[in-house]
Amino acid sequence: MQGASTAEESSLLDSQPARILRPILGLTAIFAAFGWSTGFMRDPNAPAWQLLLVALAIGVLGVWTLFFLANDLVSRFPRLWAERIRPYIFVGPGLLLLFAYLVFPTVQTLYLSFLDARSQRWVGWQNYQFAFTDRTMLIAFRNNLLWLVLVTGISVSLGLLIAVLVDRVRWEPLAKSLIFLPMAISFVGASVIWRFMYAFQPPGRPQIGLLNAIWTGLGGNPIGWLQTQPLNTFALIVIMIWLQTGFCMVILSAAVKSVPSELLEAARIDGANEIEIFFQVIIPYVSKTVMTVATTVVILVLKVFDIVYVMTSGQFGTEVIANRMYSEMFRFRHFGRGSALAVILLIAVLPVMIGNIRSWRRAQ
Amino acid sequence: MTPATSAHPARSSALRRGLQGIPLRALILFLCFLWTLPTAGLLISSFRQRSAITSSGWWTVFAHPFEFTQWTLDNYQLVLTSDGMGRAFLNSLLVSIPATVIPITIAAFAAYALAWMQFPGRRWIFAGIVALMVVPLQMSLIPMLRIYTQMGLNGTFLGIWLAHTGFGLPLAIYLLHSSIAGLPKEIIESAAVDGAGHFSTFSRLVVPLSLPAIASFAIFQFLWTWNDLLVALVFLGTRPDVAVVTARLSELVGSRGQDWHILTAGAFITMVIPLLVFFSLQRYFVRGLLAGSVKG
Amino acid sequence: MNPTPRPLSLSLSLVLATSLFACAPQPQQPDTAGARQRVTIFGAFVEEDARRFEASMRPFEEQTGIQVEYEGSGDFETLITVRMEGGDPPDIIAFPQPGLMVEYAREGRLVDLGEVLDSQQLSQGYRSFWLDLGTVDDTLVGVWYRASVKSLVWYPVPQFEEAGYEIPETWDELLALSDQIVADGGTPWCIGIESSGATGWVGTDWIEDILLRTSGPEVYDQWVSNEIPFNDPRVKEAFEKMGEIWLNPDYVLGGTVGILTTPFGDAANPMFEEPPGCYLHRQASFLPVFLPPEVEPGRDIDFFYLPPINPEHGRPVMGAGDVMSMVNDRPEVRQVMEYLTTAEAGRAWAEAGGFLSPHNDADLDWYPDDLTRAQAELLRDADTFRFDGSDMMPGAVGTGTFWTGIVDYLSGRDLDTVLLEIQRSWPQD
Repeated sequence: MQGASTAEESSLLDSQPARILRPILGLTAIFAAFGWSTGFMRDPNAPAWQLLLVALAIGVLGVWTLFFLANDLVSRFPRLWAERIRPYIFVGPGLLLLFAYLVFPTVQTLYLSFLDARSQRWVGWQNYQFAFTDRTMLIAFRNNLLWLVLVTGISVSLGLLIAVLVDRVRWEPLAKSLIFLPMAISFVGASVIWRFMYAFQPPGRPQIGLLNAIWTGLGGNPIGWLQTQPLNTFALIVIMIWLQTGFCMVILSAAVKSVPSELLEAARIDGANEIEIFFQVIIPYVSKTVMTVATTVVILVLKVFDIVYVMTSGQFGTEVIANRMYSEMFRFRHFGRGSALAVILLIAVLPVMIGNIRSWRRAQ
Repeated sequence: MTPATSAHPARSSALRRGLQGIPLRALILFLCFLWTLPTAGLLISSFRQRSAITSSGWWTVFAHPFEFTQWTLDNYQLVLTSDGMGRAFLNSLLVSIPATVIPITIAAFAAYALAWMQFPGRRWIFAGIVALMVVPLQMSLIPMLRIYTQMGLNGTFLGIWLAHTGFGLPLAIYLLHSSIAGLPKEIIESAAVDGAGHFSTFSRLVVPLSLPAIASFAIFQFLWTWNDLLVALVFLGTRPDVAVVTARLSELVGSRGQDWHILTAGAFITMVIPLLVFFSLQRYFVRGLLAGSVKG
Repeated sequence: MNPTPRPLSLSLSLVLATSLFACAPQPQQPDTAGARQRVTIFGAFVEEDARRFEASMRPFEEQTGIQVEYEGSGDFETLITVRMEGGDPPDIIAFPQPGLMVEYAREGRLVDLGEVLDSQQLSQGYRSFWLDLGTVDDTLVGVWYRASVKSLVWYPVPQFEEAGYEIPETWDELLALSDQIVADGGTPWCIGIESSGATGWVGTDWIEDILLRTSGPEVYDQWVSNEIPFNDPRVKEAFEKMGEIWLNPDYVLGGTVGILTTPFGDAANPMFEEPPGCYLHRQASFLPVFLPPEVEPGRDIDFFYLPPINPEHGRPVMGAGDVMSMVNDRPEVRQVMEYLTTAEAGRAWAEAGGFLSPHNDADLDWYPDDLTRAQAELLRDADTFRFDGSDMMPGAVGTGTFWTGIVDYLSGRDLDTVLLEIQRSWPQD
């Protein structure tokens, strides 16, 4: 990967066809390899190690080489042009994929949201009217708000707290791994775990759910944690917090570690105690990362549907927007409503987006 | 796995004062206990008989832990020896490794360009990326599948890598941008003064310096692709030569979900690899890559 | 329907094709022989069931050389939607319920089987209600391949006999038996409807079974197609009949909270305790799958037919099954469809268990045990058969508000309000 030819080497006079041809040939070869891999990877007789090797070569080296060669090609251009085009070489592949996989479907979704269930007739705002008047949808909006506030607030602050605290103990990796563990479990696995937590048996029978076992042990009657409103929405929120705190902690931990020790030392010499240091040194230093993490969690929460889908499917007043969107799309096959709900999610994220752009502009 | 402790005199003194000692350890222990409890329940359940799981709580094993008749390896045996599980593991790796590396590579280049290059339209691109994070991937499945069908990418690994890349890119660019943009200006500028072009600045300087961010995103992207079921079902399908682990497991559990004791073991078997990834990337979470290089 | 305006999708794929996949060749078919014709079937049964299905297809494959590739998934609904809309449909769909089949038929995506299959053979092979269930707007679009029976009440045999209880032959006798069990100090019924996201479907099965018995199959059909609204007095009557049992705290173990929170698969377990927690449990023929391994069906547990209510409607059976529809019309797909309409096509699966054949020529001796045989007889001798109604309603009702309505009714909401809400959610096309 070395020997990246720099812009200095190329000049107006430097335009030997051979040197231009090299990256072009390289690029062609890479695309040919991508094409060939699609067939080879499906070969049932190929040994496992070969498949892995091809996957690694194509998937890992291929993309990097692609950038290298494209950059090489641009460097052959006249200098002024090279520097104008180069940024697009850097962002181009990303933009292309974003356009194909997200922008284009989004535009289509917007269009579909004004059509009926089977996308045959134009119905105007009817799907949106449904979204803002239907009883279960209103419940979904209320729940989404609860989810946003509680999950984002609790998991970000807990994540930060843990990141700062474990930084001071010797068994940090172990503690972090335990908090991170839930992230490694697939959603289906997580749902089984929480069935063991929330399970219900009629009174007088042995409880197999931990919470009801504790509760009946204290003398209460067993509770249907997932069926009793509004308790059930909180029960589901707890699962999300349990899952997301690890994410916040890992990212914030990287930020906390980047706080220069000189700063901490200086503050200590000034006689600040640890709590003051936390609020006056660490928090300001990692505030940008906190904002990033909070944004990410807000978006994850807006999109949350697996937990609700697997545990209650939105019944008993636990509906959230994303789950309803999924139901409308795939269970009820009402593409108009499903699309309208997706658009509403997109609009809901606008405030977060604007906040991010502002801080970005400040940073520039 | 090098705990970055005691290397810094400042930190050892920190350990001698302030919030530390017993209350600090107790608090961390308590949080860890709380977080591990549900998973512990699952782990214990995965070694119990199916009938025991549904008739008594998992904590009852502590009443007499050495009564070995209550323990069983059947659940694990069932999952591990079921048809095609080995191939499914391989397929999951074939999907996850490239589907982790490709988006990170593409996102790192894009994030660098957005942070350190001047070109028209930067702000709009950044705004668009934040907005695209919220687009539910379910909306993309049908339109993408049409295009895949036309191009013959259905059921190919390349197809699913690109799909995971497309869906993961916004978050990847966003997270990496926040870390790459946070690098000290002096470093980037001094590289330019030394005559390095953007490409070498990026590959020799920016990538090593943002390793913690890259490593943490790599962990998450790997987890998401490894544990993903929906995208794999849609773009790869359930045929034995391409089915991934999650797809195999969801079939094992049965169409009516009656066999979820299998899931207890399955959940742990599938966790092994993500945890290995987590531990192997742990060492990039070290303090002070930049310490001393900048005048604070 | 065509959600993608064609020019846009075409131009996009051109952009993609020229930029990224300039050289991507069409993927090779995995089978290098190439000469073998392949027919793909997509359905909802997986694992053991899928293997038994494949075994049932083997005689056909050996005979014709056509390769039948079955692919199944528990996420059938999502995946079939994505694949149909995404332009990547299977050749044959094995629908786990006819509701979706009806929708696809009306959208013109299924082949008219009247053109493909011999009508005389069909009318000899199947009783008329099976053919009616596969017909949409006078066009035959699906043939029934597998059936299951839902109108069953299970009871623990030794305990039942020990207490000297008799199998009830009418609904009144069923209630009298329940009263007798209460008088003897026991609890008659075990009911559990918790099924995570699908909580409520057990209740819809009850309503359907009761409505068939109180108002008969014609009313049932009109209710399923919403010609009779949900807030019709006859539907309300069915709910109230169910309530006679469900809402009576003496009748049900754990009361309404128990019904709501007990997983449907665990609900029958108290029957095997000493003394039994309950004696009666209404559930479909698949119940044995969920029983503890030490319980032997036929010895420890048996079933009786859920008794008739209004004698003039006879002995209807409510059930479910898999129906095969054809999407792509090719000669080899036609051959597979023809094979699927023979009794032979289900034989291997019937012998392996977990399968009832709707076909007239299916031999009772194929079934592996008396329990299955008794169910097959029930199906054979039924005055009429009706499919699980909630599965035939639009998804928004059948897998949405109807389930929620059951839960709401149990939670004590006013029945008229509940029924009106279900009716209002019926999609207006």
